[in-house]
Amino acid sequence: MADVVLRVTGVNKRFGGLQALSDVGIQIERGQIYGLIGPNGAGKTTFFNVITGLYAPDSGTFELDGKPYSPHEVHRVAAAGIARTFQNIRLFPDMTALENVMVGRHVRTKATALGAILRTRATVREESAIKQRSLELLDYVGIRKYADYQARTLAYGDQRRLEIARALATEPKLLALDEPAAGMNATEKLALRELLVAISRDGVTILLIEHDVKLVMGLCDRVTVLDYGKMIAMGNPADVQRDPAVIEAYLGGGHASVAAKAQPA
Amino acid sequence: MQTYFPNLRNNPAAAWIATFVVAALLIALPFAFGLLGNAWVRALAFALLYIMLALGLNIVVGFAGLLDLGYIAFYAVGAYMYALLASPHLASQFAWIAQTFPTGLHSSIWFVIPLGAGIAALFGILLGAPVLKLRGDYLAIVTLGFGEIIRIFLNNLNAPLNITNGPQGITLIDPVRIAGVNFGRPQNLFGIELPSVYLYYYLFLVLTIITIVICVRLQDSRLGRAWMAIREDEIAAKAMGINVRNVKLLAFALGATFGGVSGAMFSAFQGFVSPESFVLGESIIVLSMVVLGGLGHVPGVVLGAVLLALFPEVLRHTVQPVQTMLFGKVIVEAEVLRMMLYGLAMVFIMLYRPKGIWPAPEHGVNPSSRAGKVEAA
Amino acid sequence: MDTFLQQVINGLVLGSMYSLIALGYTMVYGILNLINFAHGDVLTVGALTSLTTTLLLQAMFPGMPGWVVLLGGLLAAIPVCVTLSLVIERVAYRPLRNAPRLAPLITAIGVSIVLQTIAMLVWGRNFLTYPQLIPNHPINIGGATVTLTKVAVITLSALVMIGLMLLVNRTRLGRAMRATAENPRVASLMGVNPNFVIAATFAIGAALAALAGVMLATTYGVAHFYMGFLPGLKAFTAAVLGGIGNVPGAMIGGLLLGLIEALGAGYIGQLTGGVFGSNYQDVFAFLILVGVLIFRPSGLLGERVADRA
Repeated sequence: MADVVLRVTGVNKRFGGLQALSDVGIQIERGQIYGLIGPNGAGKTTFFNVITGLYAPDSGTFELDGKPYSPHEVHRVAAAGIARTFQNIRLFPDMTALENVMVGRHVRTKATALGAILRTRATVREESAIKQRSLELLDYVGIRKYADYQARTLAYGDQRRLEIARALATEPKLLALDEPAAGMNATEKLALRELLVAISRDGVTILLIEHDVKLVMGLCDRVTVLDYGKMIAMGNPADVQRDPAVIEAYLGGGHASVAAKAQPA
Repeated sequence: MQTYFPNLRNNPAAAWIATFVVAALLIALPFAFGLLGNAWVRALAFALLYIMLALGLNIVVGFAGLLDLGYIAFYAVGAYMYALLASPHLASQFAWIAQTFPTGLHSSIWFVIPLGAGIAALFGILLGAPVLKLRGDYLAIVTLGFGEIIRIFLNNLNAPLNITNGPQGITLIDPVRIAGVNFGRPQNLFGIELPSVYLYYYLFLVLTIITIVICVRLQDSRLGRAWMAIREDEIAAKAMGINVRNVKLLAFALGATFGGVSGAMFSAFQGFVSPESFVLGESIIVLSMVVLGGLGHVPGVVLGAVLLALFPEVLRHTVQPVQTMLFGKVIVEAEVLRMMLYGLAMVFIMLYRPKGIWPAPEHGVNPSSRAGKVEAA
Repeated sequence: MDTFLQQVINGLVLGSMYSLIALGYTMVYGILNLINFAHGDVLTVGALTSLTTTLLLQAMFPGMPGWVVLLGGLLAAIPVCVTLSLVIERVAYRPLRNAPRLAPLITAIGVSIVLQTIAMLVWGRNFLTYPQLIPNHPINIGGATVTLTKVAVITLSALVMIGLMLLVNRTRLGRAMRATAENPRVASLMGVNPNFVIAATFAIGAALAALAGVMLATTYGVAHFYMGFLPGLKAFTAAVLGGIGNVPGAMIGGLLLGLIEALGAGYIGQLTGGVFGSNYQDVFAFLILVGVLIFRPSGLLGERVADRA
């Protein structure tokens, strides 16, 4: 019996006249790197927003680590164990990189206002632990030297890493990344790939929305393809790549045979 | 504090000396001002109350980013609570109270301060809970509405049951009494005669220092970071597991407690409260202290409060005599001039120094502000 | 005890004035997302200007009929208010158009305070009597007494509001205003000058405020430096009630608020068994304000805006 971290079925979401998601589901096993791909507007970010609680679905079942969870309050989803990054990077711009990651530790720590005011030993100890762990995470993603820099002064690629570090700080069961490679050049993508492989190897399950097909194919264990809000293919990357429905969705009709011949070995 | 006095951390001796010097100055202050008249010492005491109010509002507006235009309501709650528990009013209105407390209602400060904090916090939660999801200016208007509703009730709860005594207010409020020392009477300390207003000054000074310490500690804590995160990007904060609603409520409640405690102190100091002291204008004065001083920056807020609290006194003692000297009569009353300068200050500061006169120094390293040199840690 | 009809008429009078003021708030908010705190004080200046003018006219032309004097007062108040409003927009609001929300709000409060102090300096602190210019013998309609003033207020307001609806919906300027309220950048791409439209919006709002100020002063017979504050706040409530940014909403909101206040003040004694009297009248407006913003912030006619990430 596979160890399933996230099991979501039957998600429907309508925005006024637009059916953004029709009966979409996903099943991710522990330790997998799972990719969610599809053309622009297919509903990938909408699905992300639904499972992380930003949008209320019209229907669907949601289970994390075998336990049902309610996708209705964002902070509860995060507390349950799904951490996410955003397509357009949502850091806390005027806080330092270190502070950004320290905020990520909020959900797993418990110092109260009273503890802070009285500066109890437990509070001081926890603060020190938070700082320590946050520095470790910055080191892990490779931006330790920017710890005291304002987040908005960081280079784009480093900002993405910071967002990942912050998400990791919440000790997630599932790390959900929304287009982490967007806007990166080839070198940066390679570095990102290495980071994600390391994260996966260290036991964190990853769900990934990505446009860069090459990155996804080389990285993901399994992939689901969405188009117009519906799932059109699901499986390992090599098979999905050859699926005519997928090719048609990305390239339009008539290219199926041409693309099939051009597949890498 | 580290940002201002980095050398103090490494030099404990210097830190201690600096502390003693500042303490000595603060202790000597009322004597210096007293030379000009007790009215000035009174002004100092009120300035301290304003500092506490401004710091409380700073938690709501500066730390958590919630615009509250009705903050003075918490001051009113604290003030009236003490007034009711430490004056003959309730006993004179309700026979059963007079019977239960034959010597009248008197409350010890050790009871009143926690109670004032608690009741104000409760009001903070009651007022905050329904409105926290509102956007910036809507939140401002709703809190303004709440502040006015409370004032109207205070002004009108004199019939059918006379609880607040309406526009006339409550008088004969007990002064503060600590360890048998009556703050309402001059006391003799080490042979020096200290007028009552000096005693209150020292009491408020202690409370203000405690307030400042609390604020600084909150700012550098897990909660302070959560507030800042919410201020910067509420959705990202939620995604990191922060219960935004509760954290905002906490800001409201904590801010309210400062208002409540200072309100109780105000009540005891003045000996008399009426709804007139809690009009919208007062909320705006406290807000301008926070905004003009330096939103979110504790030293800035303290400076803003001191300037805006003492400035009217300076005006009062200079403007009118000068006009009389020059024109033979007062053309522009100090009160009017003060209001006008207030309004102008608000406009000008927003136009030219929107972060306040003493804003927080740049948070963290900003390489572009260091002439392009990027440092490696 | 006034009859129901009496309360309704009082409510309509009050509501008409609220509507005129609310329109100023709603139009400015629709375009700039700014609560023009100083709007009520522009009204004050208008009322006080008209007072000075009418007293002057009465002194200079003792034989002039009352309504002409009143008209003269109004015609003096309008340009003063319009100019004042345009100056405020140019000096205090325009530089802050792209600033974070807190800044223009604080500035608006500052401007409001400055206007109050100017009014205090020019006209003093006392309550000033507004001369009775329209004959006020009571007219009996179905058991309720109405004065000519009240009829004038209701009628004139209605005419002005119809005129405004025509302006907003049928003229080029109105189209430009609606477009700018929706999307200033695209509107400017279509050749609309946003600064001009914004100035026009402030000007129209100010003229309406001047009219409302004169009506208030005439109806209650009194004018003073602080008179615009409470009506201004209540009119803002009315604008929110109708749906802030929505022009017909402001009109309906104003009338509705006036009716609720009049009827509420009239019947609250009966409803609460004497516990709360009509001295709590002002609380109604605030309670409505708080209630609307909490439960239905888009107001009666406003759009429901879903919260998107």
